[in-house]
Amino acid sequence: MTYIAKPKLHHPSLTRNKAGYTRRDYEGPVSTLCAGCGHDSISAAIIQACFDLDIQPHRVAKLSGIGCSSKTPTYFLGNSHGFNSVHGRMPSVLTGANLANRDLLYLGVSGDGDSASIGLGQFAHSMRRGVNMVYIVMNNGVYGLTKGQFSATADKGSKSKRGVINSDEPIDLASLALQLGATFVARSFSGDKTQLVPLIEAAIAHRGAAFIDVISPCVAFNNHPGSTKSYDYVREHNEAVNRIDFITKRDEITTDYAPGTVQEVVQHDGSILRLRKVDESYDANNRIAAMNYSQEHHAKGEVVTGLLYVDPEPQELHGYLHTVDAPFNRLSSRELCPGSARLAKINASLR
Amino acid sequence: MTRIQAVNDFVVKFANVNGSGSASANELFAKSIIRMGVPVSPRNIFPSNIQGLPTWYEVRVTDQGYLGRRGGVDMMVAMNPQTWDEDVAEISPGGYLFYDNTKPLPKSRFRDDITVIGVPLTEICNAAYSDPRQRQLFKNIIYVGALSSLLDIDPAAIEKLFAEQYRGKEKLLDSNIKALNLGRDYAAAHLDCDIGLKVKPSDRVGDRIFIDGNSAAALGLVYGGATVCAWYPITPSSSLAESFIKYCQTLRVDPETGKNLFASVQAEDELASIGMVIGAGWNGARAFTATSGPGVSLMTEFIGLAYFAEIPATIINVQRGGPSTGMPTRTQQADILSCAYASNGDTKHVLLFPEDPHECFEFSATALDLADRLQTPVFVMTDLDIGMNQRLSAPFVWDDARAYDRGKVMTEEELEAGKTFGRYLDVDGDGIPYRTYPGTHPKRGAYFTRGTTKDRYARYSEEGPVYVDNMERLVKKFETAKSLVPQPLTRPAKKATRNGVLFFGSTSPSMHEALDRLEAAGEHLDAMRIRAYPFCDDVMDFIARHDRVFIVEQNRDGQLRGMLINEGGIDPAKMIAVLHYDGTPITARFIVADIADKLARYNVTPIKKVAS
Ligand SMILES: Cc1ncc(C[n+]2csc(CCOP(=O)(O)OP(=O)(O)O)c2C)c(N)n1
Ligand code: SF4
Ligand SMILES: [Mg+2]
Repeated sequence: MTYIAKPKLHHPSLTRNKAGYTRRDYEGPVSTLCAGCGHDSISAAIIQACFDLDIQPHRVAKLSGIGCSSKTPTYFLGNSHGFNSVHGRMPSVLTGANLANRDLLYLGVSGDGDSASIGLGQFAHSMRRGVNMVYIVMNNGVYGLTKGQFSATADKGSKSKRGVINSDEPIDLASLALQLGATFVARSFSGDKTQLVPLIEAAIAHRGAAFIDVISPCVAFNNHPGSTKSYDYVREHNEAVNRIDFITKRDEITTDYAPGTVQEVVQHDGSILRLRKVDESYDANNRIAAMNYSQEHHAKGEVVTGLLYVDPEPQELHGYLHTVDAPFNRLSSRELCPGSARLAKINASLR
Repeated sequence: MTRIQAVNDFVVKFANVNGSGSASANELFAKSIIRMGVPVSPRNIFPSNIQGLPTWYEVRVTDQGYLGRRGGVDMMVAMNPQTWDEDVAEISPGGYLFYDNTKPLPKSRFRDDITVIGVPLTEICNAAYSDPRQRQLFKNIIYVGALSSLLDIDPAAIEKLFAEQYRGKEKLLDSNIKALNLGRDYAAAHLDCDIGLKVKPSDRVGDRIFIDGNSAAALGLVYGGATVCAWYPITPSSSLAESFIKYCQTLRVDPETGKNLFASVQAEDELASIGMVIGAGWNGARAFTATSGPGVSLMTEFIGLAYFAEIPATIINVQRGGPSTGMPTRTQQADILSCAYASNGDTKHVLLFPEDPHECFEFSATALDLADRLQTPVFVMTDLDIGMNQRLSAPFVWDDARAYDRGKVMTEEELEAGKTFGRYLDVDGDGIPYRTYPGTHPKRGAYFTRGTTKDRYARYSEEGPVYVDNMERLVKKFETAKSLVPQPLTRPAKKATRNGVLFFGSTSPSMHEALDRLEAAGEHLDAMRIRAYPFCDDVMDFIARHDRVFIVEQNRDGQLRGMLINEGGIDPAKMIAVLHYDGTPITARFIVADIADKLARYNVTPIKKVAS
């Protein structure tokens, strides 16, 4: 395998965002994934969201496990530190990284095998702890990298490329995240950029455990009839509960909406999430209702997408641990070492 | 019957029921002797088998300062009816049995080659106290009182300890003194206190402190600047993380904001705890985990990743016996191999072997420095014997001029000035590359971290030569480690000898005692205490200088011996294993007997042997 760098020549007309970066500054080297793989679309959506939000690329740390999905951090945000860790263990590495420096934006990328099989435990516990992060699962229902075995999110009754019917119950990571206390839970589809990009932006603005389950078809092993994770199937069964118009505080609200069709959520940083409801009865602030809704619609074979739940006042791990504001990695012996005089007292107390 | 006679040199063992409050009374007993200037070395024995909730506390009183386990019991304080028979059987002939004789026991439950001392503890207690909890707790203090009379322990030393413990809690202080005197008064009135075991004031303790290795290591990690602790409870390491938190609650709270200058996460398992440590280390915080063998087993994939990705991580392994439950509450040095070469692929890791709480403190702080300097996992290999027992050891020292060695970290200024950055580039010829913390510079210094598949500039590569290039640099880095780790300490024999002995870790006090005894018997051996892996050249020189080298270890397979043979290309025939691994701490008695036996066999010339 070779490393293909993209030509660095910038077209002068490439527009710069408020942070002074062009869209190209958020890209990475050319992807080596299969042409048409859903994961590449998600990478593109991440690039778009970071560009839109004027994020400084070097203030992002991107972490992943192992899988085709977990390879994608190489292909976006080339100026960010990245960490391709071990299979299923991205959440713990991300948690530790987050403890070391609370000032960066932590982007965790994983696959359905990585998060729902080998890494289910770490996925679950990172949600419970409320790690401040954006956790994206590129969910294709198979192990892409090991060539097409069923993953734990494959629906019961769905058919593999080789014709095997899956008899195991699927794990719905979004439902689990809801139950385990994630404060932002969404589901989307790699083929629906207009829905996905604002969801990622909203997740980035969220200060807490933000989880997005993105259905992301694997063209090599799971895009055939009988699969419930194929482009065709997801397009036909996509049930969006809402659409986000994500706007920052400074922007004016220009569009008028019919009453009852919009839900506004003010995020911790002052930004406003505007949810244009597709299903009028849906309340994105109700965790339990979100779980029920998701389950009911899944039973009907539908794929519920949109912002399923957001807690407007999320708590996060550093708050629970009551840590200082300064990043740990900047503290020196001056702040951390109690010194020899104190040690002499400790010695004296041990005699 | 000849009664055992000994001054400042005997073993008292307490057989208790867990949860009866005996631990603090027993510690009081040990400390009061220390306050008289007489060294003691106590050990907790707490089986996993909880029937009858037995727990033992064995106190070696040792004027010579031999802090290893001695073996044998001169006096048994038998407070647990469930273990009575085995406790009585364990007393050395001529020894003493101290027990609660409130309820009479048939003669068949005793022995006639020991001195039996009965005190009606329950009766005294019930007469003095009505509250059941008080009855239970003060019963222990009453036996300490009676023992102090029997053994000549200075009651003033005990009262002083009470005064320190219950400062500002006068009521508790008074009631404890009252209980102590109940025991002393009974002994004075009813017992023949002229027994053969006595404590006499001495001056052998010096400025030493009395602390367990886990607390010492925890404090070393506080001093060494650890900010992130991620752990999963496992005996015998749990108290290390718990002490870290406890120390941090007083030593690591920002005085201005009241916020914490540390974070501790109880992870869901060891895979997660090491993952967090690696994530934090990657991001520039000093992080550690405390665990034991089974935890290390679970961590190995990650440890390999940290080796290849070159991420600092400090792992304190408080070793115990084998997998599952049972023996695991016993001590061993049986994780040497599994830690030295933990993980898949060609890996080797730095190991430090502290001998006591003093070195637990020192090496834990040093491990954080080494992990940063070498950008690799560093293990501190303690064990249950050091970790969970209070031990007299040299006081902790810290030089205020000591700054943390954060190793080669490229700064924003250096990147801005255009200094070349290659994450896996050996600039200085020592095999150690430069790293950057995430978020350092807007345009430079970012890299993608992965296992082995990369070139000097951290770019993806699956090319064979590129892989080999990186692996050879890692070997060079390991060579560099040799001069940075704690160096071995030698104890030359008083007479020139061709025999040597190597030992490490918690074997140390018993080894020194054994060397004294062997020397007294005319067997001279040069000794070296190995304090780290990679082995320094001095270790190999020591082996080369001797015809025969004994390697004393607390495991079955001679793990360190195997590593020495392998790494040094040494003839196995000259490397003689002395192995103790039944879960009890190794004793000088065992070492002396084993080495003397083996030497005797070598001293017989082969010709004679054939002839006989
Ligand atoms: C400990 C371990 N076991 C097995 C593997 C092999 N492996 C690599 S990727 C993968 C599955 C990845 O599936 P998923 O997370 O869904 O990613 P995808 O390739 O589908 O995007 C497996 C089993 C591994 N790398 N490590
Ligand atoms: S195998 Fe599947 S998941 Fe992997 S790159 Fe190809 S299409 Fe994507
Ligand atoms: Mg997958």
